[in-house]
Amino acid sequence: MDIIEYIQLVFTDYTLRTITLGTAVLGAVCGMLGSFAVLRKQSLLGDAISHAALPGIAIAFLITGSKEGNTLLIGALISGLIGTFWIRGIITKTHLKSDTALGLILSLFFGFGMLLLTFIQKQPNANQAGLDKYLFGQAATLVESDVWLMVSVASICLIVLLFFWKEFKILLFDADYTKTLGFNTKTIDILITSFIVLAIVLGLQTVGVVLMSAMLLAPAAAARQWTNSLAKMVFLAAIFGAFSGVFGTAISASQNNLSTGPVIVLVAGVFVVFSFIFSPSRGLLFKQIRFIKNRRDLQLHKTLAFMHNIAETHEDISHPHAIRLLNNFQGYTKSTLQKLVDKNYVELKGNMWSLTKTGFETAANLYTKQRTEDE
Amino acid sequence: MSSAQFEIQLIASLVAVACAIPGTFLVLRKMAMISDAISHSILPGIVVGFLITHDLNSPLLILLAALTGIITVVLVEYIQKTGLVKEDTAIGLVFPALFSIGVIMIAKNANDVHLDVDAVLLGELAFAPFDRLIIGGIDVGPKSLWIVGVILLITITLLFTFFKELKISTFDKGLAASLGFSPAIMHYGLMSVSSVTTVGAFDAVGAILVVALMIAPAAAAYLLTKDLKKMLGIAICFGIFSAIFGYWVAHWLDASIAGSITTVLGIVFLIVYLFAPTKGIIAVLYREKQQRTEVSLLTFLLHLKNHDEESERHVKHLNEHINWQKVRSKTVLDLAKKNNMILIENNIVSLTQKGDEFTSKAIDYIITNEDTQIEDMKDDFFLFRG
Repeated sequence: MDIIEYIQLVFTDYTLRTITLGTAVLGAVCGMLGSFAVLRKQSLLGDAISHAALPGIAIAFLITGSKEGNTLLIGALISGLIGTFWIRGIITKTHLKSDTALGLILSLFFGFGMLLLTFIQKQPNANQAGLDKYLFGQAATLVESDVWLMVSVASICLIVLLFFWKEFKILLFDADYTKTLGFNTKTIDILITSFIVLAIVLGLQTVGVVLMSAMLLAPAAAARQWTNSLAKMVFLAAIFGAFSGVFGTAISASQNNLSTGPVIVLVAGVFVVFSFIFSPSRGLLFKQIRFIKNRRDLQLHKTLAFMHNIAETHEDISHPHAIRLLNNFQGYTKSTLQKLVDKNYVELKGNMWSLTKTGFETAANLYTKQRTEDE
Repeated sequence: MSSAQFEIQLIASLVAVACAIPGTFLVLRKMAMISDAISHSILPGIVVGFLITHDLNSPLLILLAALTGIITVVLVEYIQKTGLVKEDTAIGLVFPALFSIGVIMIAKNANDVHLDVDAVLLGELAFAPFDRLIIGGIDVGPKSLWIVGVILLITITLLFTFFKELKISTFDKGLAASLGFSPAIMHYGLMSVSSVTTVGAFDAVGAILVVALMIAPAAAAYLLTKDLKKMLGIAICFGIFSAIFGYWVAHWLDASIAGSITTVLGIVFLIVYLFAPTKGIIAVLYREKQQRTEVSLLTFLLHLKNHDEESERHVKHLNEHINWQKVRSKTVLDLAKKNNMILIENNIVSLTQKGDEFTSKAIDYIITNEDTQIEDMKDDFFLFRG
């Protein structure tokens, strides 16, 4: 199936269109809110919450007996929120650290959820089939109403984000200052955490409990590499998230036996790796290039300074010296010498070198200039 | 109790002990989430091993999975070292990616892999006794019992051999390094043990229960003691108790054994979290309330000492001028009276000699910036605490 054919299919085929739209919107919401999670150093909160949502789904089913999506989501939301606030309780009131609290809630809630799920499965006449789709997610079960739900949640998130942008931003970077300014930090904090929980719960059906945390983190971590501005980061993360959704759906649809969730996560992972390597300011590639360039410059400077030291002892600064003299010095190679010639700092005659006037002046100013730069 | 039931409980208890030991150190080293990451990311290792050997209990499988676990740790550390993201983000990025690869590998080879993701994550302890290890025609017991037993034995041997080193490197990395124990070796040793334990236990109890068994008993024990040896002991006891009790709950509910062991662990942790003598939530809240009242009392006494005029020392004044609620002022007044710090005559409050002495000392400490001394002083002066 070629790309054009696929794009046509996205617009004509109901299922494919719904799934593509759904995963795109989900990716965008997760990217947006994930930026806050990453910057607040709550990256693993997503993992914990998504696991903690499981008993809520099971209990909602036990109480109502319905498999209707929204009921189960409300159950998931409630139990996710309970999990989140218990984590906060453990961190603030005891000496257990955040990683322990996260791991505890994650595994304990999930285990309890599993107990309930297996208990439900043993019940007679229960139409429980399909509850386990929340474990690993099944994008294929998305219907139009799900997409509408996601879109409405996304727009509410967006409106609240825009409305409280200033508060969120200041809380993110300087919580103490926010408090002294008289903002109610607790409320802002609860608001943003609740939104993160909401986004996670929405994604459970599509990518499942286990992979939800990556949906939240990966776009944000990738976006972080490209910018230092919060607004740009949130925007970029939303775009990365949406594209992960679209590409992931496309790849999984083009092959058999490929579930959507893991593919979306891997696509998001590719975004992250790409950003880690190729981001201009923080990326590993450019960092390495800058490092090598700096080292070369330093070597040139060292050679030049060494020459300057020798030239200083003579009245005529352009007095020729043997290249052999430089052999004692580590930084000297044929190419560095050639570079100095290219810059018109040094003249080569046979196997003798001499500093030019510009070369001498540059060398003399080399360290004084650097010193003034340091100051 | 049939022999199968006994064997299940034995396996569960052994797993609990094998998990509690590395778990204690993980919790103390603030690396609890690493166990969660490992438990997920061993999936591709297991799948590759299974594709090669077609045997879920083959040693190669355990080896490969443990290797994936260590790769996870190395990857997380590499990403963290680049400084591009924080450690927790690095963990959160690595394990879902590896897990996804595992899931896709299973899906792609669905026809010849009798392995589903549920089984890896959740395990099925109930089937463990049916997979017997037969040596020379003699049935020597369930395979998973042997696997877990060997892992436990190795863990315990390592624990006893390197207890001192582990202890020092956990609490003071700098000291450990200066004494010549490489913290890196300790770190990777612990990570390897955690990986192997996770892998060895996963097909009996599932990845999630492994995480729960590692973290929950250790966390509960940490709320009860500050002594490493006691913490290990308590964690092991909690683990075994939850394993056995959880089995019977599962038996009674006819539900997943792993799920019910985790639930029991959760209840154990909840009880400890609420009722632990000094670090439990109730004790903490009570202490906070006590301290609030005592600080109020001190403020009140200082106020009395500073003011001689009767209008400032009227009982009603508390509500009006110091801006306290009625209940609060009553508590503070009662406490002060019970401790013989104040006298109330015609609704006018005045300091007793003891109260005066207490307040003067407190002022001295506050002026010299030794506020902590006030806590000790309270023990000398107070008959009743807030």
